[in-house]
Amino acid sequence: MTPDAATQTAPEGVLVRTTSASTQSFPARPTPDTGTVPSTDDTGPPAPPRPRRLPSPIRPSDFGTPDILILLAAAFSALCLVWIVFYQLTSLSGGLGFLICWYLVFLGLTWFGTAQFVERQVATDRVVAVVVVSAAMLMVGIIIFIVGWVTYKAVPTIHWSALFTKDQKVFQAADPNALSNNGVFHAIIGTFEQVMLAVLMGVPFAVATAIYLNEVRGFGSRTVRTVVTAMSGTPSVVAGVFIYSMLILTHVLNYSGFAASLALVVILLPSVTRVVEEVLRVVPSGLREASQALGAPEWRTVWSVVLPTARSGVVTAVLLGVARIVGETAPLLFTAFGSQVINWNAFSKDQGALPLVIWSDVRQAQPVLIDLAFQAAFVLMALVLILFVLARLFSRPRGRGGKRRKARPDEDDFMARIFIPVPIEESESR
Amino acid sequence: MTTTLPPAAPTGPGHPAQFTGTHVLGEPGQIDAEGVCAWFSGRLVLETVNLVMEQSKVTALIGPSGCGKSTFLRILNRMHEVVPGAQLAGEVRLDGVDIYGPGQRAMETRRHIGMVFQKPNPFPAMTIAENVLAGLKFSRISPANRDDLIEESLTKGGLWNEVKDRLGELGGALSGGQQQRLCIARSLAVKPRVLLMDEPCSALDPTSTLRIEQTIKEIANEVTVVIVTHNMQQAQRVSDYCAFFLAEENQPGRVIEAGRTEMIFGEPTDQRTFDYVNGQFG
Repeated sequence: MTPDAATQTAPEGVLVRTTSASTQSFPARPTPDTGTVPSTDDTGPPAPPRPRRLPSPIRPSDFGTPDILILLAAAFSALCLVWIVFYQLTSLSGGLGFLICWYLVFLGLTWFGTAQFVERQVATDRVVAVVVVSAAMLMVGIIIFIVGWVTYKAVPTIHWSALFTKDQKVFQAADPNALSNNGVFHAIIGTFEQVMLAVLMGVPFAVATAIYLNEVRGFGSRTVRTVVTAMSGTPSVVAGVFIYSMLILTHVLNYSGFAASLALVVILLPSVTRVVEEVLRVVPSGLREASQALGAPEWRTVWSVVLPTARSGVVTAVLLGVARIVGETAPLLFTAFGSQVINWNAFSKDQGALPLVIWSDVRQAQPVLIDLAFQAAFVLMALVLILFVLARLFSRPRGRGGKRRKARPDEDDFMARIFIPVPIEESESR
Repeated sequence: MTTTLPPAAPTGPGHPAQFTGTHVLGEPGQIDAEGVCAWFSGRLVLETVNLVMEQSKVTALIGPSGCGKSTFLRILNRMHEVVPGAQLAGEVRLDGVDIYGPGQRAMETRRHIGMVFQKPNPFPAMTIAENVLAGLKFSRISPANRDDLIEESLTKGGLWNEVKDRLGELGGALSGGQQQRLCIARSLAVKPRVLLMDEPCSALDPTSTLRIEQTIKEIANEVTVVIVTHNMQQAQRVSDYCAFFLAEENQPGRVIEAGRTEMIFGEPTDQRTFDYVNGQFG
């Protein structure tokens, strides 16, 4: 289609956008669109350059007022149309169905409107953009809704001093001060100890397995990788049943936080292993060669070159793994078993945990217990949020933007100390 | 083939016959390669190379791609055997001791025969100073004076003046040419007797290339240098000796001609050498 044809076929008063600039005559352009051309008089400094307006927006971010108007109009007319058809003409009902119908009609009208007023190709583009943006918005919306709902339910009833110091030993439904006499401290202790134990046991295994898969590439590493992948699909309740039937029914262990952490290790291992393996894979092989050419044995290469290079990724993997297990409920059901009282010793007797408090209390009839369950959920979410913030902080490349004070490995890096033990030679020299 | 441990014939008082175990610092060594062949997955890629790399001299290995220069270079410090499916034959003697002989360990050998790679590869998780000291750290040797060694190595690598105020910065913060000189300094810090360089300038701009060539000339009296290069001018500029490798069609790579650089470039005896150094092929 030539530009002239476009001008002729378009209705009067409608802005025709074409990608070709030939609708304007080239030589007789009075003022340049850009400000880059310096002014002829030498009195003032030349004007700063300004971006040039293009005849047709190409990038999705070039979104002007007319485009917003088209979208709003499409949304509104879709609402009216669907309302008439959905509730008046046909006797359908249900909010979700209405919403879905509205969204589809909205997409159709967006396409139609854009095709009418702009161009057909732009219309397809616009519809895809709307779908993508609304998917992202839905995602964010759901998360905000969950967080907001729990916060809304939990925060007004929280007695902060009780929540973090008391257990539910003295709980009585008739107690008018139930919320200030009860808390979830026993569950916080339990979750903290169980997760710490699981990390201490699981992470060395996971990192070692990842090193075996990626660095050693020894016998059967493909099989091991398949098994690890399959293991990450283990339903978490099965992990709990496994520990229960293997260790608790056989009286090797009693119900305890330690048994729970063993079940959590089963969940933690495959996910951390896979992420660490991916992280190790992106370490350039030239670094390994360089290390070997300097006379380093293979374990030295892994220890001093590969792992430090992948350090931030490994720490992120561990923190994400922790975030994964901290909210697991099913593996705890018949391992930690849950408890109403503070139990500091993870190795004997039943122990509480935040997910268990949520699971058991939210089903109760007493409103106070439901409030406590929401408070536990709030604490759990705050924990996960803190972990994610930590993960973001530590996944930043080391030394960005500033000089390090001293050339000493991992001097100022307490997380690396926790998760990556000090190399042998250095511990000797200390 | 039978590998015979040669009699203890050290070239100097500081050279014990068994060079592993003791860390002899500093003095440049001589490499004799005798009957070196190499296979990858059973395919012969390098046939019977006999070459002497003179002490304190720069030897350039030239030749078209795929003629086995790099493979030969990697055989010289036992990096060849790292590649899966790689095999070799022949003897490589460092000051008379076969590095593939019984009792010789690859790790020790690589400390005496250092290597610089085509792509600059400083360790990104280490600072400039840590990079220089990395080789010593791997060997678990603590230098008598860290700071002196860092300064000495970086000066030899021609980088000291540019980085002396930023030793605590990460190695990756340097430019490509600086990174390569850091890698040279890192290799020199362990005081190798031989330094192998596998096309060290092919990823660098002309200015950085000149700086590195200058560095090579400066270190040549302290360490024997063997350099693989595709750049004829570079070979002419930096090397004392030259070996021309060629793999003819469906043939493994061989050394066609070796000798003083002036001779190889000035009056080569073999027609193929003449063609190659004059840009007729390859």
